[in-house]
Amino acid sequence: MAQTETEIVQGIGADYGTKYGFSNPDEAKDYFFKSGRGLSHELVDAISSHKDEPDWMRKFRHESLDNFLRRPLPTWGGDLSGIDFDNIFYYIKPTEKQAESWEDLPADIKDTWDKLGIPEAEKKYLAGVGAQYESEVVYHKLQADLESKGVVFLDMDSGLREREDLVKEYFGTIIPNNDNKFAALNSAVWSGGSFIYVPPGVRVELPLQAYFRINAENMGQFERTLIIVDEDAYVHYVEGCTAPIYSSDSLHSAVVEIIVKPRGRCRYTTIQNWSNNVYNLVTKRAVAYEDATMEWVDGNLGSKLTMKYPAIWLLGERAHGEVLSIAFAGSGQHQDAGGKVVHVAPKTSSVITSKSISKNGGRAGYRGLLEVAKGAKNAKSKVVCDALILDEDSRSDTYPYIQIDENEVDIGHEATVSKIGEEQLFYLMSRGLSEAEASAMVVSGFVEPITKELPLEYAVEMNRLIQLQMEGSVG
Amino acid sequence: MDAATISPMALLELKDLRVALEDGTEIVKGVDLRVDTNEVHAIMGPNGSGKSTLAYAIAGHPAYEITGGRILFDGEDVTEAGADERAQAGLFLAFQYPHAIPGVTVTNFLRTAINSVRKAHNDGKDDPIPVKEFRTALFAEMDRLKVSRELASRYLNDGFSGGEKKRVEILQMAMLRPRIAVLDETDSGLDIDALKVVAGGVKELVGPGMGALVITHYQRILNYIEPDFVHVFVGGRIVEEGGPELALELERSGYSKWEPPAKEAA
Repeated sequence: MAQTETEIVQGIGADYGTKYGFSNPDEAKDYFFKSGRGLSHELVDAISSHKDEPDWMRKFRHESLDNFLRRPLPTWGGDLSGIDFDNIFYYIKPTEKQAESWEDLPADIKDTWDKLGIPEAEKKYLAGVGAQYESEVVYHKLQADLESKGVVFLDMDSGLREREDLVKEYFGTIIPNNDNKFAALNSAVWSGGSFIYVPPGVRVELPLQAYFRINAENMGQFERTLIIVDEDAYVHYVEGCTAPIYSSDSLHSAVVEIIVKPRGRCRYTTIQNWSNNVYNLVTKRAVAYEDATMEWVDGNLGSKLTMKYPAIWLLGERAHGEVLSIAFAGSGQHQDAGGKVVHVAPKTSSVITSKSISKNGGRAGYRGLLEVAKGAKNAKSKVVCDALILDEDSRSDTYPYIQIDENEVDIGHEATVSKIGEEQLFYLMSRGLSEAEASAMVVSGFVEPITKELPLEYAVEMNRLIQLQMEGSVG
Repeated sequence: MDAATISPMALLELKDLRVALEDGTEIVKGVDLRVDTNEVHAIMGPNGSGKSTLAYAIAGHPAYEITGGRILFDGEDVTEAGADERAQAGLFLAFQYPHAIPGVTVTNFLRTAINSVRKAHNDGKDDPIPVKEFRTALFAEMDRLKVSRELASRYLNDGFSGGEKKRVEILQMAMLRPRIAVLDETDSGLDIDALKVVAGGVKELVGPGMGALVITHYQRILNYIEPDFVHVFVGGRIVEEGGPELALELERSGYSKWEPPAKEAA
């Protein structure tokens, strides 16, 4: 018997409990500090005091809250009316002190991460692990060779304590706290996330990884990441997350700011698989200076609504930017994803590649902005967005905004919308693949230009998630 | 005693098979055919006679409706079975126009297909082919069929030349080891050297493990795969049957003696 879509979708999260040890109600009692529900200046003050932050950060948080309260909810993109801001925990801290090694971790947390295989993965090739348990990074280790090269890889709270000079110089400069309503919210209540500094000329050859998840009902997760790649330096940062199923809506609103200095290169890879009740509203923006390269690789599966448009400002001559994104929308899901590139300097170049898949009534869209400022002569850009719609109930939208204020440019835009052909399926099935296997193969092939850019374990997981999504969709 | 009445069941049997398009037009109008291992059958017919429809119906294409008769495979009635079940049972169709699957490499596709078949033969439990065994077999078959090894990491049929597609069809057959292979116009679009390689690849597999049903318009491919039986297929029916000599006769005289006179334009 084929499973129904509901069974499949629920099935995806249902085994997280046994597999990853998520949603353990006993854990919730052990939290060291848990804010009450709802948002106020008192709460912001409590968070800042609790973290023992410098005064400028406390002020920044208060100012951000004012911006958040002042701004109306966006009316474009997706339906945000279901978010109940008064019914969210804005801050939970699971342990008082950062653990310095695996052995120092509290047993229940350690057990969870054992189930996720973190130490094994680290042995294999991770250069460092930042594991965000609840609102705060509790386990963070940097391999010795990185430290010796002067690379800083800390959770954001530790970054603020240990490298206040750098944080103060760059924090909130790429995404100001009045940028948009959700960036303002994050700026007011942020907790956790990563802080990375790569000194001039240092190439971090192995990807730096962090795992995120949401594990308390109604808990917002507001991580904040700041990455500074100095001249001629290189880093690849990878984050992935899985989340359990909840009975009520949950909000994830992150802010990621990246600065890539001359001739530096940064790649930021995200695979997000939020449970189907999460609002995933993330602001990601990078600036790239002369001859620098910035690459966003962004995979969005799961969530109720995702609104995410990784942005790159090409500020220096010959800077290059790439955005690769995949969105997969199943039943009850709306993925509004895309990318944004602004060419400010001459001879800058960019590529935006977007692949979206919608099925079982899901809605996936590409929303992109390509802007070329006056004076960005010989800027070159290519935008490709392809949509695959798997059934009649699903929907795909494309909103490719292009604004060109310079004449000497080379801009290309291609968009396709396709369906899985009966002939393709028959061809694969005539070789022994079931209909679900055949569909999954076509979909995996469709997103291959992006999965091939992922670290191997993420590519494998991505394909496995696609297979899970395709099972039961027969007929 | 009539030999036919006492011979055991053939591996593939079509009994009075009738096939219609989705709009109801009947294309195959009652076909009886028995194909066994160690046999090569040729179905020869002019364009538009319904040869490809017959091939698709045997393989289980959902767009072709079986309106009458039965298909038996290894004694089982597979008339209603899906294309995947038929393939898992050991039926293979080499396509006239193989489809491209962008983003899926030949290697990945073949391994998935082999594992699907193995899973079906293992009570639905995974039984993946060992990686080394797979690679050894793949490269041996590629070399034998003169398929460039570089094609293994290319996307299936994506940007392949006509000849490459046909060779990769035969490569798939060689890797999947079916018991009955249906070859739909495999000779079309092949130059003589490619034809020899492809025909040689089929011939080598025909034996106690496999029988072949070669569907073709022209006699040319039959110079390299000599058929044991030739069936002339016109207007959705088998109109004459014989041995290899029938193919040569068709080459000389064509199909006109069976074809109805052309209708006047309305």
